[in-house]
Amino acid sequence: MGQSESHDPNLYYVPHGSRWPIVASLALFTTMLGAALSLNHSAGGGVLLVLGVLALVGMLFGWFGDVIRESIHGFYNRQVDISFRMGMIWFIFSEVMFFAAFFGALFYARMFSVPWLGGDGDGVLTHEYLWQGYSAAWPTNGPLKVGGAFETIGAWGLPFLNTLLLLSSGVTVTIAHHALRAGARGRLLVYLGATVLLGAAFLYFQATEYYYAYHELGLTLGSGIYGSTFFMLTGFHGLHVTLGTVMLIVIWARCAKGHFSRDQHFGFEAVAWYWHFVDVVWLGLFLFVYIL
Amino acid sequence: MAHDASAHRDEHGHDHKPHGFVNRWLYATNHKDIGTMYLVMALVMFFVGGLMAMVIRGELMYPGLQLVEPEFFNQMTTMHALVMIFGAVMPAFVGLANWMVPMMIGAPDMALPRMNNWSFWIMPFAFTVLLLPLALKVFFGIGAGGPAGGWTLYPPLSLQGGDSVAFTIFAVHMMGISSIMGAINIIATILNMRAPGMDLLKMPVFVWAWLITAFLLIAVMPVLAGAVTMLLTDKFFGTTFFSASGGGDPVMFQHIFWFFGHPEVYIMILPAFGVVSEIIPTFARKPLFGYKAMVYAIASIAFLSFIVWAHHMFTVGIPLGGELFFMYATMLIAVPTGIKVFNWVFTMWRGSMTFETPMLFALGFVIMFTIGGFSGLMLAIVPADFQYHDTYFVVAHFHYVLVTGAVFSIMAATYYWLPKWSGRMYNETLGKWHFWLSTVFVNLLFFPQHFLGLAGMPRRIPDYNVAFADWNLVSSIGGFGFGLSQLIFAYIVWDCVRNQSLAKAADRVWEGARGLEWTLPSPAPYHSFATPPVIEDRMLAHADVAH
Repeated sequence: MGQSESHDPNLYYVPHGSRWPIVASLALFTTMLGAALSLNHSAGGGVLLVLGVLALVGMLFGWFGDVIRESIHGFYNRQVDISFRMGMIWFIFSEVMFFAAFFGALFYARMFSVPWLGGDGDGVLTHEYLWQGYSAAWPTNGPLKVGGAFETIGAWGLPFLNTLLLLSSGVTVTIAHHALRAGARGRLLVYLGATVLLGAAFLYFQATEYYYAYHELGLTLGSGIYGSTFFMLTGFHGLHVTLGTVMLIVIWARCAKGHFSRDQHFGFEAVAWYWHFVDVVWLGLFLFVYIL
Repeated sequence: MAHDASAHRDEHGHDHKPHGFVNRWLYATNHKDIGTMYLVMALVMFFVGGLMAMVIRGELMYPGLQLVEPEFFNQMTTMHALVMIFGAVMPAFVGLANWMVPMMIGAPDMALPRMNNWSFWIMPFAFTVLLLPLALKVFFGIGAGGPAGGWTLYPPLSLQGGDSVAFTIFAVHMMGISSIMGAINIIATILNMRAPGMDLLKMPVFVWAWLITAFLLIAVMPVLAGAVTMLLTDKFFGTTFFSASGGGDPVMFQHIFWFFGHPEVYIMILPAFGVVSEIIPTFARKPLFGYKAMVYAIASIAFLSFIVWAHHMFTVGIPLGGELFFMYATMLIAVPTGIKVFNWVFTMWRGSMTFETPMLFALGFVIMFTIGGFSGLMLAIVPADFQYHDTYFVVAHFHYVLVTGAVFSIMAATYYWLPKWSGRMYNETLGKWHFWLSTVFVNLLFFPQHFLGLAGMPRRIPDYNVAFADWNLVSSIGGFGFGLSQLIFAYIVWDCVRNQSLAKAADRVWEGARGLEWTLPSPAPYHSFATPPVIEDRMLAHADVAH
């Protein structure tokens, strides 16, 4: 095993075979099968889903563990480092496009489908014969008032606080990066830890906001197109913040163990990039979901 | 696992192949092994999807209902498309990229070999999830079968399906994850693993085509994931993205879907352009005409593919300004595509041509893909499309670009590189038989569908007016003939891989072939390039024409 022998290690690195990809595929298969079965209320679906997710988590520990060990043993040369960087950049781009689909749905609903239901443009007859009496406005849960009456969350309460928290976390993670490059481990751990806490605080306030929406405002995932776009956009973002916070915790532990050097710390940078991406998506959400 | 790096150093043979089935195939990191798995899976799914096509043509052979229930017929059209697109054509091209890109750019392997393995191994499981409801119904009589609302999954129809909806959506998610990781790997390989001297504008056109295709994949597969996620929440969690009662719009799904769907069409054809751009110069024994123009044309087509999606929706009710914009934008695609077709023809002009099987398939591609391109232009005209929409004319159009286009190029690529993969020459006589039978039958199969569509026969309906009977019979005969002809292909590949008595292939298999892959022995060594090759321009197919 190890890198293929005939290669000069300074030129090419080809990793040895690994059990993790097939484990990952089986885990993903179990997860997806379990999810489909439980949505159909079939027997065993929930068990499969839980097993699959546990297997996925275990796989991540195993796979990343291998990669970390190989990295610490100095197997990875500059070319591998660049491949990893490209992988992360394009992964983040794919995430951007995933959010673009949901932002697209929001814009389409607000600019086209809701005004058309109200009789705008080509929607005159639709309005006349199908949805008479509906006047287009935003927020809306549609002509049938799906989900019942609701109020929306004001932009300048918790959402604004969360904006400040996430923007600050972008600053602290950058300070931590500078500290890492300066070799100041104490400062690195403090600021990286602060980033984790800011992320956790964000999640806490968002959970509070959701609780408030469901219990006080009548705003749910089922509140027509407003509830659909609001919860799917902020929900997927929250999921990404959760993931990012877990990644930051792992990176904090790795920093504490001294895994990273001043020049070699791609793991840290990848997570920092991801965190900034989550930050930018939030700014879009704050503007288009909460303010406008 | 990393600590025993030196323990195994002396155990391997000179080619360092891992021992045992599990190590070699399940734990694979080798680009050739993974490429082989992709290609084998694509071939299997080609026959699975082909079997479904046979059911469709069997039912449509005569007017009236005779073979299957209408509901099952709808499942066949839906699954045929999903299996052929995501299970046959796309994995086949990814398999070709896996095998050829590292060899063509002078790399030892893909940039991220373990992720490469994950990309592949998701696919068989994804298709297990997709096919499970259908298989349960067909083999055990359990449940209602697979999705029947068409591969485009338009709501509200698709949401009215039974238990298969969740399976289909999660299968699409898995395919998306696989495609995105595969595409990231290909981009990282091409941008990061090229040998010194392999400048971007000296790369083979196949590599260029895949670089751009991979970009398209990363850009649009997540959008599909978003679209099917909205379907999932609309069905199971009470959202109303696609329901007017809650302020949503079913047409919105079509917009999001086709924002993915149109680039997806080019994901299936740009690598085909790449393949043909490699093969024609070899057998015309001339450099590719207009190399740079070919590269820029692929990039232009990729760009345009993002701004033409609503031409799939002309009849659904979109504003006039939208119809005009999408009509003209669509027609613009004819310009870069025309550049490509003319450049292939000019490459052949005054070349000393020979017509081995790969060249035959490449020529068949140029001619028949162009037919599909022209019918596409007809469909792009809004008022004409109001007549053609959802008729067999559309079916004829996209089968000309996808079967005689994409699939023919995959056949061409297989014949072209098979000797390099196996180290032996395939049976050329049988190859020619395969080409001619395929070409005759495929035209018998799809050309009459133009007439049927223009006369008004709708697609996705198991029965039809007796006025359409004659051409449907012809089309079905063509379908069975084309399907059977593919058994020859499977035999040729099997024979070439297994039959020790076949003639050994030279390193430069084809007399006129240029490019790094031909500087390696046949069969290619397990790790393509152990050290970065010293590249001289004379080795490359395009070095002299690029500057």
